[in-house]
Amino acid sequence: MPAADPAVKSSKTSTSSRLPDLTPQQKIALYRQMLLIRRFEEKSKQAFTQGKIKGFCHLYNGQEAVAVGTNSVLNEDDAMITAYRDHAHALVRGVDPNACMAELFGKITGCSRGKGGSMHFFDVKKHFYGGHGIVGGQIPLGTGLAFAQKYLGTGRVTLAYMGDGAINQGAVHEAMNLAALWKLPIVYIIENNEYSMGTTIARSSAGDPLTKRAGAFDMAAIQANGMDIDDVRAKTFEAVSLARTESLPTLMEIRTYRYFGHSMSDPGNYRSKEEIEARRRSDPIELYKVRLFEQKLATEESLNAIDEEVSAIAQASYDFAEQSPEPELETVFEDIFAPEDQIAEFRPDPRG
Amino acid sequence: MPTLTYREALNQALSEEMERDERVFLMGEEVAEYDGAYKVSQGLLKKFGPKRVIDTPISETGFAGLGIGAAMYGLRPVVEFMTWSFSLVAYDQIVNNAAQVRYMSGGQFSVPIVFRGSSGGGLQVGATHSHTPENWYANVPALTVITPAFPDDAKGLLKSAIRSNNPVCFLENEKLYGYKDEVPEGEHLVEIGKARVRREGNDLTIVSNSGSTHRALNAAKQLEAEGISVEIIDLRTIKPLDFATIAASVTKTNRLLIVEENKPFAGWGAQVAYQVQRELFDDLDAPVHRLTSLDVPQPYNGRLEQAVLPNEERVIAAVKEVLT
Repeated sequence: MPAADPAVKSSKTSTSSRLPDLTPQQKIALYRQMLLIRRFEEKSKQAFTQGKIKGFCHLYNGQEAVAVGTNSVLNEDDAMITAYRDHAHALVRGVDPNACMAELFGKITGCSRGKGGSMHFFDVKKHFYGGHGIVGGQIPLGTGLAFAQKYLGTGRVTLAYMGDGAINQGAVHEAMNLAALWKLPIVYIIENNEYSMGTTIARSSAGDPLTKRAGAFDMAAIQANGMDIDDVRAKTFEAVSLARTESLPTLMEIRTYRYFGHSMSDPGNYRSKEEIEARRRSDPIELYKVRLFEQKLATEESLNAIDEEVSAIAQASYDFAEQSPEPELETVFEDIFAPEDQIAEFRPDPRG
Repeated sequence: MPTLTYREALNQALSEEMERDERVFLMGEEVAEYDGAYKVSQGLLKKFGPKRVIDTPISETGFAGLGIGAAMYGLRPVVEFMTWSFSLVAYDQIVNNAAQVRYMSGGQFSVPIVFRGSSGGGLQVGATHSHTPENWYANVPALTVITPAFPDDAKGLLKSAIRSNNPVCFLENEKLYGYKDEVPEGEHLVEIGKARVRREGNDLTIVSNSGSTHRALNAAKQLEAEGISVEIIDLRTIKPLDFATIAASVTKTNRLLIVEENKPFAGWGAQVAYQVQRELFDDLDAPVHRLTSLDVPQPYNGRLEQAVLPNEERVIAAVKEVLT
């Protein structure tokens, strides 16, 4: 996969006041990105079941339109930060799928050198600030990214994602207050898949809809249908424009759904098979496929070719991860301290 | 050499470093318009303006995390906790994010942040406001923990901490803000991770920090009158620990007393005691002794609180215990 998807890149805009129409190539590119995520996650599921991925692994199947759609209205140098269901976010930012799968396998070639794992993908060059395991803990960080963007006068914005389970964390409320008070260029995105692990919104959150919380801070709020990538794009564009042109934050709630359990460790007994099957009928990739057919931009053959291509990429990433070396034991002492270029004498040694 | 109070020394450090580097900014409760709850940031808002000196709402986890994100993006924040007791609200952000983001990302990000604020007991402000949590932070890999006891060290170490590209917990001592002493003129940097012998002696080594260094020094004067010669090492930096300075002293005196305001279980002194007995076993003429706060929450009543602290009386008694 190329480092940045050129077809999608040109749809990004920093100063336009309306979301530009997508070219046919760009639309196909969006479809391709969603399908790549789908196939990558399926490959991860397989690898986890085979014991090649350890610990926690939170899959994104069903939510693809959210990561792809939101990222598609950003500039490359805008900032993104999310929670632990982060494989898709890394991929849309342009992190190499090989580096992603290798990270899942814990190999030295992983995007975090095997130090992070599934929940902690990072890529500084792609402006992807992680991959965070403590629910809601990334939201103050994201607020700090936006603070720095404003402080430095960059004209860039930050997208900070969380699940519906995070919205009740104190850290989230504190961060939102700061963003509204200090007028920070940030969009908070709740990927509401209706379940925080086994707990439905109805059992976890007082105050419906979740966007109501923005009202407490006089913050703008927008809802979007996460199964419709065009709705995701249009709504996110509004929020991103507000951030970029007026340096004001927005709370977005994007309604979506995950087909698998909370993680690979979760059998998901709190949902019926019928419910999942019903929700699969609104699959975002299938819906977009229908739209592409209607607009005569694709055929079964052309989309099958894309499926073969991205499936091959997913398989190649698995092979790359398999063949990559483990980190040397010595590396356990690396990546702890930044070099002290400002204090020549002081070089802390993690060996003690 | 000019004489400054500990708070003036800190103020100078902040001012000089903010002037030197535009990416340095100060954020915390009451740091700007109020000039700081303890007046450490007096005059900084006037000098640097509201972009660089920022009053935060009371939301430690929010603004500590915001500071960490800003540091990841390339700024150099100084985040004040009005007292380190309040840092507990932000503990997740400090431990899981400030200290670990670099490692988890395989070295892609650095966090050049300084968390600073007052700490320590003895002011009858009760159990939730009197913590000396340097050990809770020293236990976290990748955090630097500094506790200056004198104005010159406060200035020099805060400057070094701000220049450090790694996350620093800088614990000031509330009772010492008014303490006056000489501070060198001009650019004064103190190396992080280096202890200082504040008093030379031959009979016993005391290793101490922050407010307890002063308790030890005062006790040493009384002990001198009784013919007991105590060498006192002020650690200045808790982590990374300057074991070499401790070793040089203990090989000379052969006796060690650690005086720390930490509560006893897993206080920083336990780490020092372990390392000394491990590496200098044959140099010891007596077991290593530790004098800490009593293992109780901090009471409000004045006499009770003084009894909890490693006060001078207890220091003297502990020294004599080691020597007999």
